Amino acid sequence: MGATHLPSTEFDQTAADDQLEAEAEAQLGSPAEPMVQLLAPDGTLGTDPVFSAYADRLDGKKLRGFYADMAKIRRFDVEATALQRQGQLALWVPLTGQEAAQIGSGRASQPQDYIFPTYREHGVALTRNVDLAELLRQFRGVSNGGWNPKDTNFHLYTLVLAAQTPHAVGYAMGIQRDQKLAAAAVAADAAADRPAEPKAAVMVYFGDGASSEGDVHESMVFAASYNAPVVFFCQNNHWAISVPSSVQTRIPLSNRAKGYGFPGIRVDGNDAIAVHAVTEWALEHAREGNGPVLIEAFTYRVGAHTTADDPTKYRESAEETLWRAKDPLDRLEKYLRAQGLADDAYFDQVKADGDELAAYVRKTTYDLETPDIRTAFANTYVEAHPLVAEELAWFEEYSAGFAETPEHSAEPSSPDPDDAATGVAR
Amino acid sequence: MTTMTIAKAINEGLRATLDNNPRTLLMGEDIGALGGVYRVTDGLLAEFGADRVVDTPLAESGIIGTAIGLALRGYLPVCEIQFDGFVFPGFNQITTQLAKMHARSNGSLTVPVVVRIPYGGGIGSIEHHSESPEALFAHTAGLRIITPSNAHDAYWMIRQAVECQDPVIVFEPKRRYWLKGEVNTDSPGASADPFKAHVLREGTDATVVAYGPLVPVALAAADAAAEDGHSIEVIDLRSISPIDFDTVTASAKKTGRLVVAHEAPTFGGIGGEIAARISERAFLSLEAPVIRVGGFHMPYPVAKVEEDYLPDIDRILEALDRSLAY
Repeated sequence: MGATHLPSTEFDQTAADDQLEAEAEAQLGSPAEPMVQLLAPDGTLGTDPVFSAYADRLDGKKLRGFYADMAKIRRFDVEATALQRQGQLALWVPLTGQEAAQIGSGRASQPQDYIFPTYREHGVALTRNVDLAELLRQFRGVSNGGWNPKDTNFHLYTLVLAAQTPHAVGYAMGIQRDQKLAAAAVAADAAADRPAEPKAAVMVYFGDGASSEGDVHESMVFAASYNAPVVFFCQNNHWAISVPSSVQTRIPLSNRAKGYGFPGIRVDGNDAIAVHAVTEWALEHAREGNGPVLIEAFTYRVGAHTTADDPTKYRESAEETLWRAKDPLDRLEKYLRAQGLADDAYFDQVKADGDELAAYVRKTTYDLETPDIRTAFANTYVEAHPLVAEELAWFEEYSAGFAETPEHSAEPSSPDPDDAATGVAR
Repeated sequence: MTTMTIAKAINEGLRATLDNNPRTLLMGEDIGALGGVYRVTDGLLAEFGADRVVDTPLAESGIIGTAIGLALRGYLPVCEIQFDGFVFPGFNQITTQLAKMHARSNGSLTVPVVVRIPYGGGIGSIEHHSESPEALFAHTAGLRIITPSNAHDAYWMIRQAVECQDPVIVFEPKRRYWLKGEVNTDSPGASADPFKAHVLREGTDATVVAYGPLVPVALAAADAAAEDGHSIEVIDLRSISPIDFDTVTASAKKTGRLVVAHEAPTFGGIGGEIAARISERAFLSLEAPVIRVGGFHMPYPVAKVEEDYLPDIDRILEALDRSLAY
């Protein structure tokens, strides 16, 4: 694809686009902009001059997989919300409504790509094979992370809005350098018959609220300055807690990419097929050295911002009803059924799998162990630190003062086999 | 041994680091063709190329944030912040991200980023060019903070900072950039541990602890006090986080009197932390309360009056007089 036909917001229109955009205009109070959509809310598949080719790569198995992922993560979301309501989690950040944006984009990534999420990307985590129960460690208050990003190339959640966006660009700059070093090594040793490392890119997620943060701007400047292989994936779910996106931007967020000099694409974020196609294109674009891309997935946060939020205080239920009609799962189900790609037995199995996942997550959450604060002493610094050592020593002495003596204890004391593991780490 | 300025020593330290490790790179505004506003990176772009000496857009959060990403990918970025007062747009990235990434990941991730910040006053400049914000960073767990006061330390500290697996902020005393000293580039000698304080001058009557730009002032004050018959011990703290309390405690116990001097405002500063710790550790050995000498509780004043703001020899001598009067 040459520079003269970079995907941007300049796309052919379909009737479905027109309808969606008219609704967008009504909601955002700004002129509607072109948006990539392949799968309409009624389950019919449209065409796009650029992205239909990517959609054509999807067979029935992959499409069923998209549906299964979306259904699983929605079931997970329901379960986690219930766990929070029952006091098992300190907080939960629901994603219902954004399943297509997350599954469609996450499934477009390759294992060698690196993903920087914000804190709502549970669906993307699923696509990266993160154990979903691990996600709950942070929300249960037993960890500030919970998984090793090196295992899945899925970074830890970031709670400071947009702080992860420059990290993504820096990581992408690192990939660039690695590729140069590898090329130089091959050139220096032409006889070596080593397999080439697959080209990689970085994808970073943030929301329409985070798009107001300065770090998004600075990271896009850096990405453009160094032509970094990074895809900015903005889920415009329309609400930054109680502030609507119309307050935060006068133009579609995807249009901002033009100001930085790289492609910006607005895609129907409730259309898993279009999201997948657009993201696959963008990641290929980045991996091939053509620089960054901004994707705005136009979607909707059906529920609350977090379980501490009450959206009935700031938005009309009619708006939610409007978006429920564009549900990402419903429309893919309609398509799969209409095409004969899935039947009742399939959907029953998906539901059963979801229930099984929910049961697993519930049990695992109950079983999450409270960590020993000594691990926090151990992980503040990599190398030995005298202040940490001094305060740990004080803590040990102080704690020892509370140890029960045998005559005061109801149970005979016995050595804790874990003591050696949880003792002074360094 | 070679004689060079502190600025040149840092330049040589950076050169050695770039030479030794292909995964080291420098990042900052104007550090390439210009060689930095203080020319600390002079010549390095020509020698190592634009991929290793990266002239960045003017965006401190972007510099620190992308450095974190590069470190996560296995690189060793050394960031230059042009002036102390301009670090604050990057403060969020340093304190909420850089400092906490290792802890947040339960030890699975390391971000060995170095941030170089020219700091302190005495150069007759305008607003935001002469500040001493070290206490704001020292309060954040996860960061290490060192500051050289001489060329030999300047050469080795930058190399040691890059080798450290933790994030390190190197506060460089900008008004001492042109201070010359002997540098042994073959061996750090006593400077092998950048987090250890150095006793620069032995004494018996009182101790003055200082760091960075005030170290020469403290030494001069000790010389002046000697003319009045007072034997003053002088300690170069070198590391602001962690602080080598063992060395300071030993000295305080020996002399019984302690004065802590820094350019930063006294209130909430490093001097207060030292005073509190030494009071706990050496209370029964102290003949006088620990006395702090520092800047006033005001924004760094305009250059025409900065001489009244900055602790000088007389301010340290006045503090010593008060201490010795107990």
